[in-house]
Amino acid sequence: MSKPDNYRPPRRRHGGPMGGPPMMAPGEKAKDFKGAMKKLVSYLSRYKFRILIVLIFAIASTIFSIIGPKILGRATNILTDGIMSKITGTGAGIDFAGIGKIILLLIGLYLLSSLFSYIQGWIMSGVSMKVTYNLRNDIAKKINRLPLSYYDKTTHGEVLSRVTNDVDTLAHSLNQSLTQIITSTTTFIGILVMMFSINWFMTLISLFVIPLSAINVLFIVKRSQKYFVSQQEYLGHINGHIEEVYGGHTVMKAFNGEKAAIEQFTALNNKLFDSAWKSQFLSGLMMPIMNFISNLGYVAVCMLGGWLVLKGRLKIGGIQAFLQYVRQLTQPIGQIANISNILQSTAAAAERVFEFLAEDEQTPDNPLVHINTDDSIPDTDTLVHIKGSVQFAHVNFGYTPEKTIIHDFSANISPGQKVAIVGPTGAGKTTIVKLLMRFYDVNSGAILVDGYNIKDFSRQELRSLFGMVLQDTWLFNGTIRDNIRYGKLDATDEEVVAAAKAAQADHFIRTLPDGYNMVINEEADNISQGQKQLLTIARAILADPKILILDEATSSVDTRTELLIQKAMDNLMKGRTSFIIAHRLSTIRNADLILCMDHGDIVEQGTHEELMAKNGFYARLYNSQFENPASA
Amino acid sequence: MKKLFLYLKKYPFWIFLCLVLLFGQAMADLSLPNLMSDIVNIGIQKGGIKESAPEALSPDAMKLMLTFLSDSDRKAVESSYSLMKAGSSEEYSKKFPKSETSDIYVLKSGSDNNRLGAIFGRSAFALLYYLQDAAGQSGKPHTGQASASFTEGLNEVDMSALYKMQPMLDKLPSSAFEKYMKMAENIDDSILTQVSNVMVKQFYDELEVDTGSIRLRYILRTGIFMLLITLAGALATFFVSLISTRISSDVGRRMRQDVFSRVVRFSSTEFDKFSTASLITRTTNDITQVQMLLITGIRMICFAPIMGIGGIVMAVRKSPSMSWIIAVAVLVLIMLILVIFQVAVPRFKLIQKLVDKLNLVTREHLSGMMVIRAFGTQKYEEERFEGVNRELTGVNLFINRIMAVMFPVMSFLMNILSLVIVWVGAHLIDLGSIQIGDMMAFIQYSMQIIISFLMISITFIMIPRAAVSVSRIAEVLDTEPVILDPDKPKDIKGKARGRVEFRNVSFKYSGAEDYVLKDISFVAEPGKTTAFIGSTGSGKSTLVNLIPRFYDVTEGQILIDGIDVREMSQHDLHEIIGYVPQKGILFSGTIASNLKYGRNGATGEEIAEAAAIAQATEFISALPEGFESPIAQGGTNVSGGQKQRLSIARALVKKAPIFIFDDSFSALDFKTDAALRKALKESTGDSTVLIVAQRVGTIKNADQIIVLDQGRIVGKGTHSELIKSCETYREIALSQLSEEELA
Repeated sequence: MSKPDNYRPPRRRHGGPMGGPPMMAPGEKAKDFKGAMKKLVSYLSRYKFRILIVLIFAIASTIFSIIGPKILGRATNILTDGIMSKITGTGAGIDFAGIGKIILLLIGLYLLSSLFSYIQGWIMSGVSMKVTYNLRNDIAKKINRLPLSYYDKTTHGEVLSRVTNDVDTLAHSLNQSLTQIITSTTTFIGILVMMFSINWFMTLISLFVIPLSAINVLFIVKRSQKYFVSQQEYLGHINGHIEEVYGGHTVMKAFNGEKAAIEQFTALNNKLFDSAWKSQFLSGLMMPIMNFISNLGYVAVCMLGGWLVLKGRLKIGGIQAFLQYVRQLTQPIGQIANISNILQSTAAAAERVFEFLAEDEQTPDNPLVHINTDDSIPDTDTLVHIKGSVQFAHVNFGYTPEKTIIHDFSANISPGQKVAIVGPTGAGKTTIVKLLMRFYDVNSGAILVDGYNIKDFSRQELRSLFGMVLQDTWLFNGTIRDNIRYGKLDATDEEVVAAAKAAQADHFIRTLPDGYNMVINEEADNISQGQKQLLTIARAILADPKILILDEATSSVDTRTELLIQKAMDNLMKGRTSFIIAHRLSTIRNADLILCMDHGDIVEQGTHEELMAKNGFYARLYNSQFENPASA
Repeated sequence: MKKLFLYLKKYPFWIFLCLVLLFGQAMADLSLPNLMSDIVNIGIQKGGIKESAPEALSPDAMKLMLTFLSDSDRKAVESSYSLMKAGSSEEYSKKFPKSETSDIYVLKSGSDNNRLGAIFGRSAFALLYYLQDAAGQSGKPHTGQASASFTEGLNEVDMSALYKMQPMLDKLPSSAFEKYMKMAENIDDSILTQVSNVMVKQFYDELEVDTGSIRLRYILRTGIFMLLITLAGALATFFVSLISTRISSDVGRRMRQDVFSRVVRFSSTEFDKFSTASLITRTTNDITQVQMLLITGIRMICFAPIMGIGGIVMAVRKSPSMSWIIAVAVLVLIMLILVIFQVAVPRFKLIQKLVDKLNLVTREHLSGMMVIRAFGTQKYEEERFEGVNRELTGVNLFINRIMAVMFPVMSFLMNILSLVIVWVGAHLIDLGSIQIGDMMAFIQYSMQIIISFLMISITFIMIPRAAVSVSRIAEVLDTEPVILDPDKPKDIKGKARGRVEFRNVSFKYSGAEDYVLKDISFVAEPGKTTAFIGSTGSGKSTLVNLIPRFYDVTEGQILIDGIDVREMSQHDLHEIIGYVPQKGILFSGTIASNLKYGRNGATGEEIAEAAAIAQATEFISALPEGFESPIAQGGTNVSGGQKQRLSIARALVKKAPIFIFDDSFSALDFKTDAALRKALKESTGDSTVLIVAQRVGTIKNADQIIVLDQGRIVGKGTHSELIKSCETYREIALSQLSEEELA
């Protein structure tokens, strides 16, 4: 069977999808460049000493390597003089001692340069890894401190991309781009200084490569960016089309849509081809043109240098050094041109990360009462046992301040009572649960547990009163034992097994390949939906809560497992106050209180009999499940 | 990789042209250092005079030179030159202005310039030694001052002063010079030609030639030549770039097209084999990978070897005795790269794994937010995250630090290489076997060679990665769909009533051991509703998927109006089936375009009618743009229930004789479900309706209910019959409805 909803979309990374040089693709821009950079700098300030060393070492390393060619040129000069004297028979010959000295000096210089460069890279990768490590941990901790309402407006994907992509971008910027900016600038300035020190006239003439390269970079980046954008766009279109057609291939087949699909694909593919080759071609031109410009500089130096040597204003070693400098000059120009792009994407990533870290957190706990779980300690005013009565007193609530969805809701639930919440899909049945567990705070009114306002507990303690079994069976990639133990992290293995037994899960767990030690895989699809449900019940049993919240959704479970789950749930509910989100009305007729929800609000409440007698919303809902098509 | 070459076979000319152009580009890049060395060696050091034997010289000069030559040398010179009368040749007058007024010796064409150069060199040295000796005998110091003055003089010697010595020299017997000639004979040829080169300049000066401008002209000419070569190289690169991007983009386009067309023909069997996700990656990412390999590949894989080999050839020609330096450097570099990659590559793979793990933990953290907070396990989650994070950071740090070693070491090696060349080169220059310009060119060649080898080693890393993509693509292209149209399909157009019959049908997935369906027989009559129910995995969805031939039966037959579905063309078969999938699959476009997918020519009224039956009118009209409201890719902007209703409406638009509802009511609430079924009953009229359902309520009123358990039919009949007779049915019904509701 095909599983159209089960694939993960292809990983999309920053940079061109065609792998084109990232500098060509237009980068993301920060909304507030300065602000983002300021925050990044202040975040980095704790490493300022190390970064300073990195900067000094980077500059030193560059300078040492830049002096090289000029000094090597001196060796060539000694060589020329020596050979000249030899030709003319003066006999002094080549001053090998002099050349040797120069070479030793250069070995020293290059060694220092490489050493500094290494130390610089070593420190910087340490700093950047430290920063990414800390940022990621900060984000993970922040995830826990944000109110649940934050996630109503932010998708998981967005948070995820901050943890990985954005932090990665920052790491890369720190690790490579930052030092590259420094070395490129130093190289550029350094080469200019060296060239001027050899011969100012030739320097001025050969500087024509700078504007040429700059124009080239600007021109090509500007042109190719246009095509990169359209390539990106068509690639998106074509990938979308592919995902859609493959995902819905049965529908396409059933409706004979193959021809239309191929036609649409061909059109998109041709458009993609058009923008793809253009963008690749233009960006591919960058290097050859730079090479051409650098060759122009090379030729200019050869010609002019030759002339200057004849005039006696330059020596051959000077030409040699110049040739190396001119070749190196075009590189940093390309890199410097890229700096603004790098800074922009760094700022954009930093902005998103810091924005996330600065989001408003949930209101801090201000506990006035604590929960007493130890029977041997007598209760006091601030340390109490909880029996499990729940009271809603004139509760008003809305996810957004403008739109109140629960109006003046009041109800009293005694310990051990069973409350059912019913209503059509999307009626907001989980809202009550979310309020009860303080995932959201009520706008006005209060929710009381054993007479204490739930705001008077710490969230942690309040939630420890509840056990949850949700329709969305959340298990993590770990062993079955660890997943059950999640209900009570310090539970012994025996307790885990006992809970599994109570949840009717022990038997099936023992039939699995590694029993309790079987690892639930990443998709959590190596056990069935029903088995997952049983595990979450076991988890809740282990937690031994005072109040239960059950989302009894068993639509995708086969009949036998369903019976097991039902039995497990009944075990679980014994003696506990329970809130049941009901999908099937037949199971909740004996509930002590039924809350009917529609469009987010509670429209009716009462027992089954009361509500049926009312002949209102509940009665209609209840009867609809037995309604038959008129003529069938 | 073979597949890729098949695709490239279409452009033999262009690829050949590319290679030629790349070759040209490499030659252009490689000839620059050579020309540079010409400028240094000839332009600067030899005053722009290439020839070592003079093309013309004055009789005085000839005489002086001959004086210091052995008999054989003298003969060679005399036979190579002839005396020309003053002003007899306009050509020579232009070149050597003095020939206008006096006789000169001119070089005969076809003479061996190098041999003559050496001869003139020997003569010059003999003269030099004689003069030094003469100066010594006259009491001046043998070396130092005297020779220094002569050295300076050799460049700007007053030739007429030397000619004044001629009468005196003539008086001496030729044996007087033999000693000096012997000394000169021991001197290396390359030095001789360099010296004679200096003499040539003197001879030309004497003939009133503007030697200064010869020099300038030589440098200028070489420079312009270099410019042209540079330009040609740039042009070659331009066209290589153009051709390679077009070829690779075109290969990408054709591959994408082929893969897509192939996949569209696939049946569900092939989709199961590859998985939808994998097919998507193969059509998108893998092809993009290959395209990238081609773009850089044509340029780099072909260019680097040409450049590398060309560089080696050039370098060896410049100086064979220094080639070992390059060989050692290349070896050391390759070893360095090998070692680093040996260390780094496994860790790169590890990083990918750890990043996935980090993503997973974060995703779990986010999706389990409620559970985590409910159980108060935030600390536990943070520690779990920190663990993966620490591991990832550790590996990353290691790799970054390895890379931090690599670049300084590589640049150090390259720098040391040029130092070694200078040191060794200096000795070779001292021996006279190479010249300074050659050494300078050699340094540049060695850099080009090293860079080429670096590029080659990078491609060795790139190719295996792309090869994986190519083989993944080839796998798709080589897969023939198992479900094919018959050679001579039976025509069923227009006459189908829609009677569906299963005759002893068994089915198992390819490669599976167990049958999903076993021995299924039933008839679904037109105008009647046949429903299928059973627990998960009972095979009910699989059963209806056999009718439109998403899969073919393993055994038995499925007949429509008596014709086996395998004897019809798939197109015709699909024409008579209105299919509603389990998940409401919509395509991007508008609501109208999705409904029209059912039948292309459907009118607005027909669409509206179908929407009304599917209970979709209410929410469609609530949308600001009604039927023209956009549907996002994957239908993400409508709810699950809305999707299902739209996909039901889509099938209804088709007005087919057979309708299949594959568990298509699950996302609807009871009310909508009931209303829809009621409307559906009225509109499907004479069609055969097949419904797969989970809820007993949905199918309670079907004409025929087929109960499946583990792939077998365990009950067949109406609700009231089955509730009495079929244990499985009653079990299902009981779990959903209370006793009294069943009644």
